[in-house]
Amino acid sequence: MKRTPLYAAHRRAGARMVQFAGWEMPVQYAGVIAEHLAVRSHAGLFDVSHMGEIEVRGAGAEAFCQQVSANDVSRLKVCQAQYNLLLNEDGGVVDDVILYRTEPNRFLICVNAANTHKDFCWLREHVSASVEVENVSARYAQLALQGPAAEKILQPLTAHNLAAIKSFYFAPAQAAGKRCIIARTGYTGESGFELYCDWDDAEKLWDDVLDAGSAAGLVPAGLGARDTLRLEKGYPLYGHELDDSTTPFEAGLDWVVKLTKGSFNGCEVLLRQKQEGVKRKLVGLELIDAGIARGDYPLSKDGRSIGKITSGTRSPTLGRSIALGYVAAEEARDENILEVEIRSKKIRAKVVPLPFYRQ
Amino acid sequence: MEIPEGLRYSKEHEWVLVEGKTATIGITEYAQEELGDIVFVELPEVGEKIVKDDPFGAVESVKAVSDVYAPVSGTVLEVNDSLPESPETINDDAYGDGWMIRVEMQDMDDLKDLMTAEEYAEYIEQQKEEDDEEEDDEEAEDDEEE
Repeated sequence: MKRTPLYAAHRRAGARMVQFAGWEMPVQYAGVIAEHLAVRSHAGLFDVSHMGEIEVRGAGAEAFCQQVSANDVSRLKVCQAQYNLLLNEDGGVVDDVILYRTEPNRFLICVNAANTHKDFCWLREHVSASVEVENVSARYAQLALQGPAAEKILQPLTAHNLAAIKSFYFAPAQAAGKRCIIARTGYTGESGFELYCDWDDAEKLWDDVLDAGSAAGLVPAGLGARDTLRLEKGYPLYGHELDDSTTPFEAGLDWVVKLTKGSFNGCEVLLRQKQEGVKRKLVGLELIDAGIARGDYPLSKDGRSIGKITSGTRSPTLGRSIALGYVAAEEARDENILEVEIRSKKIRAKVVPLPFYRQ
Repeated sequence: MEIPEGLRYSKEHEWVLVEGKTATIGITEYAQEELGDIVFVELPEVGEKIVKDDPFGAVESVKAVSDVYAPVSGTVLEVNDSLPESPETINDDAYGDGWMIRVEMQDMDDLKDLMTAEEYAEYIEQQKEEDDEEEDDEEAEDDEEE
């Protein structure tokens, strides 16, 4: 199993480690709920070094990224980032990613840990002349500092004016004396930053940020809290809400797809889906009866099977049982009451708008 | 790690307090720590029969569901009503307020298979060693690959 440069630091901090996508990662330190609540009220620091980074460069880099993804890459300025979806020819999602334009002809794509190898091979297969694709995951470690106190905590560690970095922009800078990319991006719904640094610099950065933030209530936070935080915001997780056979429209990611940008993988399928509508839709659910819905639990309406749960948990911030799931499109109405099967019991759930939690 | 003397313990990390023919059952300190924050508890109904070694309920942490196994057979007399509202009580007080059910035992011989506090303490140490061994094996594997 692979380890990030912060493995020793996690063990010292008393983390419970788990296997995730071939990596040994911290799932929690003090506790999932405590870490989750700390991120929403103060700040949390996540080790996300397991995620993959792929560089696409060359004169044809922008055109290539345009071809293989849903969002409009041509709108990106240097030092700007965007959430994007890599698409196959059927309009299905190969991965959900963040694309950073580091130079006019150079893009850094941050991909899901579980998909690093798949994405790299897939991009390489589709590449054209004047484009180079390189897997640079071993070069970069990544820390995510998330929460209302994030900027206050990080500013003393860097000469760069953090307030000048707008949402989904980034800057090459130094933090704790180490060179890194400071990006105002995140997966928790709180303000904050993701810091890309050299693999060997991660431990110093981690320790210095934790020291700097302790007075402000900063805690280390694990994958458990990362999941409950993103679920409260209705953010998809690849392998649950997204996979190769799911289109962006089914997943409610219409806003990512720029049909007018020109031709791209799956654009005809997606155009048709936009015109005719989708057959199934991702919805937010709140359980009415007691219980917690988990991935793959069946959903039914009046005894008819209509879909299944993709993710579920008890929301620490809301104190309610929430879930995401796919249902037949005609059942995707707010307030619609469905049944989720939880260990042979039929538990009622209500379709609700996303996100579950808003600041 | 607290392991009260007056209780009996099962391999699945349940504890039993025996008073006459009545057994009060819960999960141990070790179990609640392994689970992490408990957010939901599934309990049987009063009057239900539970069967030794079969699951009688479940505790759910944020990430996963864990069955709770009957350390003894019997009929459910009482269920801890405060747990549905406050499942975290099990984390806070596993041996006290975190009790789950009270049953009338069917067969006192069931107790023979349970461990004393001392035996349970040893058992936990063994479990931890096995976990460390697994890790060492994995580390050795990793080293070999390198």
